Amino acid sequence: MGGSTMLAVKDLSCGYGKRVVLRGVSFGIKRGAFVGIIGPNGSGKTTLLRAINGFLRPFKGTISLEGKGIHQMVRRSLAQKVAVVTQSPEAAPPFSVEEFVLLGRVPHWGKYQLLETKKDVEMAERAMALTGIAYARDRKMGELSGGEQQLAFVARALAQEPRLLLLDEPTAHLDIGHQGQIMDLLRQLNREQSLTIVVVLHDLTLAGLYCERLILLNRGRLRKIGPPQRVLMKGVIEKVYQTTVRVMQTHKKGRPIILPVAGKGV
Amino acid sequence: MGLNSKPLWLGCVLFLAVLLVIVALFSLGVGAVNIPLQKVLLSLTRGRGTPEYTILFAIRLPRILLGLAVGGGLAIAGVMLQGMFRNPLVEPYTLGISGGAALGIALNIVGGGPAGIGLFSLPLSGFLGAVGIIALVYLLAARGGTVKLSRLLLIGVMVSFIASSLIMLIMAMTRTEDLHGIIFWIMGSLQEPNSSLIRVILCVSLGGLIVALMFSVDLNALSLGEEEAFFLGVRVERLKKILFLLASFITGCCVSVTGIIGFVGLVVPHVMRLLVGGDHRILIPTSYLAGAIFLILCDTLARVVMAPVELPVGVITGLLGGGLFIYALSRKGASF
Repeated sequence: MGGSTMLAVKDLSCGYGKRVVLRGVSFGIKRGAFVGIIGPNGSGKTTLLRAINGFLRPFKGTISLEGKGIHQMVRRSLAQKVAVVTQSPEAAPPFSVEEFVLLGRVPHWGKYQLLETKKDVEMAERAMALTGIAYARDRKMGELSGGEQQLAFVARALAQEPRLLLLDEPTAHLDIGHQGQIMDLLRQLNREQSLTIVVVLHDLTLAGLYCERLILLNRGRLRKIGPPQRVLMKGVIEKVYQTTVRVMQTHKKGRPIILPVAGKGV
Repeated sequence: MGLNSKPLWLGCVLFLAVLLVIVALFSLGVGAVNIPLQKVLLSLTRGRGTPEYTILFAIRLPRILLGLAVGGGLAIAGVMLQGMFRNPLVEPYTLGISGGAALGIALNIVGGGPAGIGLFSLPLSGFLGAVGIIALVYLLAARGGTVKLSRLLLIGVMVSFIASSLIMLIMAMTRTEDLHGIIFWIMGSLQEPNSSLIRVILCVSLGGLIVALMFSVDLNALSLGEEEAFFLGVRVERLKKILFLLASFITGCCVSVTGIIGFVGLVVPHVMRLLVGGDHRILIPTSYLAGAIFLILCDTLARVVMAPVELPVGVITGLLGGGLFIYALSRKGASF
């Protein structure tokens, strides 16, 4: 893969209040990579994402973006480089899709700038076109389906012109068609815009199909990191998730397919 | 409202501004003595010394200016707090500011406040009460440099309850004349004999409008939630403090001069949000104008409905505002 390092996490310990969620996590992500973070519920995936995007201050360790410590950077300049798609909020924002996507331009605005420039409008248009949500531009966010809302969130993140895109379970609550649509879009952005992508996923097969590298967390520690074929192995998954699975392979590239095995009789 | 909505925004603001002028002229004309519009306009240009001139400029115009300042000020305070808390039930009085001001006033009336400053005595004690409560709520809610919004809201509501209980205690133990003074003040009125106080409130209110506008984009981001705003590069902790203090200061100033005029800060932001959408860049100026129009109109009604007896303006804002609000909600297409 080559290329320089986009993100370097060193000996990271992080959590909430006094509760430590992540312990001694270290890894690096190269520019242009497509990385998945997987692990059981409560293993610290979302916490890791929140540490990477600066929302949580680490107890210990460092996180650097293109060689600069993210906590030494000004909020705004970090937001110009890193965009985040969180798990969709329960209450839809009180904006139309267009207004919502335009908010992604705010990190690039001057202090007390009140009106968008031509460039802002162009970037928002481009983001809506790329995600294919432009047709719904005048609709309120609350009127969209779950899949459309997720596309609008990705569009807002793209309008931010980030170099690193972080997503927290972007396919949660989506049907299989919309799951594919979101993941295809991410792959396209990764390849055509050489956008570095880090995505938290629950679906192991989906993670294996799309990501080039996977980070497996278990109980706040990094359990395994590497290409899907080396992380999604029967023994590893069964131990971490404490269940029985069957691992098959796709025809072309030999990507793993994980099937849950119900009970013992199957 | 979308990418090409700027002309529409300008249209909204111009329309409301024209409406404000019309309502102000109407309010100048009617009252215990009706003055036809022609005479109003004539007196505005020349006519110093006539009885109409005195009524218009010494009595009605100050009320209208105060109505503009307080109506607009309470409306934008409501917009800011509702946007920040992402809670449509929050209004400028929710955080205990009105209770603090009322407590200050009650103590002044009962204890016979500082003599010698005359007309300033009551507003000053109201203002001190409001500032005291703001400081108390803020200090209780801020922990280690961060303000948790749910905590701020709960503490505000509790402090508000405590203040009302203390006022009731004072009222229960006080003489009838004083009781009347307290109740009269709590009901709220735009009658203010001191023109320099009106000037101060106008400056605070218009200044507050400008500062609120400067933070309108940040407020848009914050209305997505604190985490989302953080990811858009907003300095969330700083913003929350600024908004809380700004909204509180405007409200405290208004309340200490006019007493508790309810509903403007709750209803106007709601109705405007239904009409122009959730973008604070347009919501703040239109709410300011609509709040001013609404309060001037209510005050005019309060003056004329049972003239020469004057109704408390809070009665009209409550009845009219509540009715308007329910109508707006029950309209088809309302998103609540």
